[in-house]
Amino acid sequence: MSKLTELPDERGHFGPYGGVFIAETLMEPVDELRRAYERYMQDPEFLAELDADLQHYVGRPSPIYHAERLSRELGGAQIYLKREDLNHTGAHKVNNTIGQALLAKRMGKTRIIAETGAGQHGVATATVAARLGLECVAYMGEVDAARQEANVYRMRLLGAEVRTVSSGSRTLKDALNEAMRDWVANVDDTFYIIGTVAGPHPYPAMVRDFQAVIGREAREQIQQMTGRLPDALIACVGGGSNAIGLFFPFLEDGQVAIYGVEAAGDGLETGHHAAPLCAGRPGVLHGNRTYLMEDPDGQIIETHSISAGLDYPGVGPEHAWLKDSGRASYVAITDEEALEGFHRLTRIEGIIPALESSHAVAQAMKMAPTMDREQILLVNLSGRGDKDMHTVAAREGLKL
Amino acid sequence: MSRIQQRFAMLREQGRKALIPFITAGDPDNEVTVPLMHTLVRNGADIIELGVPFSDPMADGPVIQRASERALDHHTSLHDVLDMVRAFRRDNDEIPVVLMGYLNPIEVMGHAAFAQAAADAGVDGVLTVDIPPEEGVELLATLREHGIDPIYLLAPTSTPERIRQLTAAASGFVYYVSLKGVTGAGNLDIQAVADKLDAIRSVTDMPVGVGFGIKDAETAQAMGKIADAVVVGSALVSQVEAHADDPDRIHATVGAIVADMRRALDQG
Repeated sequence: MSKLTELPDERGHFGPYGGVFIAETLMEPVDELRRAYERYMQDPEFLAELDADLQHYVGRPSPIYHAERLSRELGGAQIYLKREDLNHTGAHKVNNTIGQALLAKRMGKTRIIAETGAGQHGVATATVAARLGLECVAYMGEVDAARQEANVYRMRLLGAEVRTVSSGSRTLKDALNEAMRDWVANVDDTFYIIGTVAGPHPYPAMVRDFQAVIGREAREQIQQMTGRLPDALIACVGGGSNAIGLFFPFLEDGQVAIYGVEAAGDGLETGHHAAPLCAGRPGVLHGNRTYLMEDPDGQIIETHSISAGLDYPGVGPEHAWLKDSGRASYVAITDEEALEGFHRLTRIEGIIPALESSHAVAQAMKMAPTMDREQILLVNLSGRGDKDMHTVAAREGLKL
Repeated sequence: MSRIQQRFAMLREQGRKALIPFITAGDPDNEVTVPLMHTLVRNGADIIELGVPFSDPMADGPVIQRASERALDHHTSLHDVLDMVRAFRRDNDEIPVVLMGYLNPIEVMGHAAFAQAAADAGVDGVLTVDIPPEEGVELLATLREHGIDPIYLLAPTSTPERIRQLTAAASGFVYYVSLKGVTGAGNLDIQAVADKLDAIRSVTDMPVGVGFGIKDAETAQAMGKIADAVVVGSALVSQVEAHADDPDRIHATVGAIVADMRRALDQG
């Protein structure tokens, strides 16, 4: 069996997962993208431009931060945060949109489309489209657009057209369907920037490669700061791009445990959650085979999480394989636990995490007390919580 | 010879083109579907394409998406769809039925179990939009074992190499998607379609159907001049939607459109 870091195979498979499950019309455009991706990821000029943008536009490298007070209070392992929340646009999403937009430019595409749930990927896409002078259309479910009005406005300020989607459950998965339909109809001039490690090959591999900068930096930084590798990595998993970005450069470090944290919503036992790895089963959706939330007839079901960014019924196929192969463990954190993590980090460290990232923080709060003081937990703080003020306030009965 | 092959052989002898209407099973309710299939046949259908509802129909336009949603509102399942085909077969042993849908419901049932159940119910062909032959080696083999024709889409973006690959995997007929877009989309460029059909025919003797964007008798007639079969879906399904609460009107309007297209094709 090939090493985990050598996956996917040439047709995009991670074990039985991944692949290319799309309609014929998209086969050639997806293959064109695969060829461009394989070519430019070997092209020193492309990589130099990407690195320069990550440094000067995004603000990389992002630091890692030793959350000393939080660690002391919990009385166990030392918690370090990889500060993706400090990136331009406030989350890890931009690492990927910069990469794909530069690829789009190289391929001569003039129009960018994207799907977005919480609006973070839409904003990160609209941002790079503005900078490169590309036309941008973001698809967003009606339900999401209503609960993330500020991000809708941000995208419009940046010059993007936001098209709300009223089909299906009117959330992220339906926005993705609609973006695919747009792409089918406009393949000649349009580049589809998928925001997570889902979709047909090469997307899961490509988005991972653009996000792996997180783990490469963190692996070096933690060794510089502490003289060794961490005992465990923790990251939240919706589609799973921030998580795979952190995990990938550590996959061959067998002594480093890996934890992906899904959204347990109201609790796994209630069925109201967004945790396909913990409580779903394998199927095919959005171009790849992976774990899904589905009913007994194979229809995709609605998910629930307080965090719109984790509210997705599928998950990147590489996570599915990391789970089956035993290299990573997947756990789930409820809305309540995530909120507790959100407040605790805010009050104790003065860092307001995104609700998505709060799931990873909450998992660290569970694990740290069971570990020794010399042990190290490295948590991906994938985004900042400014966008979540309304949601958190509403939980407390306040209206901003 | 499969029912599909027999049908095309017969049409070829008569110098006629196949008319393939599409409806979504369970839309607007399960009771309408089987009688509506008979209505399609009475008005001139040669093959029936029966849509299997799916929650995330990525290749479909809004009209057929909504049909899926209506069917899923009352949980029309793949098992139900097979029951409908079985019921249709009690009164009709001639007209081929092709299931069109997405992979995930088949995954849940299991490829072998599905192929067996579909063959038992009297299904003749299966078009699964989101499984290209390179991912579907096992499904393809299982379908063939049970005498079911695997139908594949070809698109304006299909390269010559893919056309060869897909026509080698398919049997019965191939289905050319006449435009870059989803079902029910806009304007057809007849000349561009004709050119692509020539390219397809240079590698296969199989009949070639054309669909996506056939709106009325006129476009059906134009397509019938260059293709072996014409598939019409959204134009019919939008009538089902318009008269969802009145089954008699569904039969009348859908039947009238199909009859119109039949006449236009036979005059063409």
